Amino acid sequence: MTVRELVDRTGLTVLVLPDGDHEVSGVYAGDLLSWVMGRAKESQAFVTIMTNINVLAVTALLDLSCVIICEDAEVPPELIRSAEEKGINLLRSDAPEYETCVRLSSVL
Amino acid sequence: MGNESLYYRFDVDGENFTSAGEASVQTKRILRRVGFSPDIIKRVSIAMYEGEINMVIHACGGVVELFIEEDKIKIILTDHGPGIENIDLAMQEGYSTAPDNIRSLGFGAGMGLPNMKRYTDSMEIESKVGEGTKITMTVNV
Ligand SMILES: Nc1ncnc2c1ncn2[C@@H]1O[C@H](COP(=O)(O)OP(=O)(O)O)[C@@H](O)[C@H]1O
Ligand SMILES: [Mg+2]
Repeated sequence: MTVRELVDRTGLTVLVLPDGDHEVSGVYAGDLLSWVMGRAKESQAFVTIMTNINVLAVTALLDLSCVIICEDAEVPPELIRSAEEKGINLLRSDAPEYETCVRLSSVL
Repeated sequence: MGNESLYYRFDVDGENFTSAGEASVQTKRILRRVGFSPDIIKRVSIAMYEGEINMVIHACGGVVELFIEEDKIKIILTDHGPGIENIDLAMQEGYSTAPDNIRSLGFGAGMGLPNMKRYTDSMEIESKVGEGTKITMTVNV
């Protein structure tokens, strides 16, 4: 399933979707970036509450399919701008990480 | 590539936490252009990224050098920070001296050096307290 299809089926909010055709291979949830760096796999959707710019570096380096910011956390405008520039899909969920993952799991 | 070896050098700004990762993202682009496999690219860029972050968090910045050789990719990270007193301890998963403000950014899990070791074929740390740290990593290709 592509990120665009994932958005359609889950009702996640799109912040930017510059690479909507990226296939989603699965999901990885986490907030410790080095942990994510060491464990997440290519094209997974990255579920997190972190909103600092380093989230994008991790996503770019691992070729993750999208970042899903949970709990309706406030997303700094720089993050959105930078995601657009880097071609990274940035989504938002109103639910906590666990419920977001459950929702993802029901469609993937 | 013949016998040529390619060399790149990146300065890592110790003041600017938000730009940390630039050397790794550029390296990724370079390795892609040369045509390395995704697995090699990923291993090199993860190891370099952790090294870059460490230089910013722990050592006020430094220099990253990338050597693309016939049989391996070599990364040398050099800084003039405080040095590492006990390297064995620093290598343990979960060991971190990162302050709370760094933790709130998602770093300081104490996984950086272990990740660097895990993703490379060799890693050597030379460090002197008060003088700095030099880390040499290689990934065989
Ligand atoms: N370049 C460096 N200069 C000085 N100390 C370092 C450097 N890199 C790592 N360290 C020390 O080693 C510890 C472990 O590093 P690491 O595994 O990357 O974890 P973290 O960066 O999350 O603290 C750090 O907390 C720090 O004390
Ligand atoms: Mg580290």
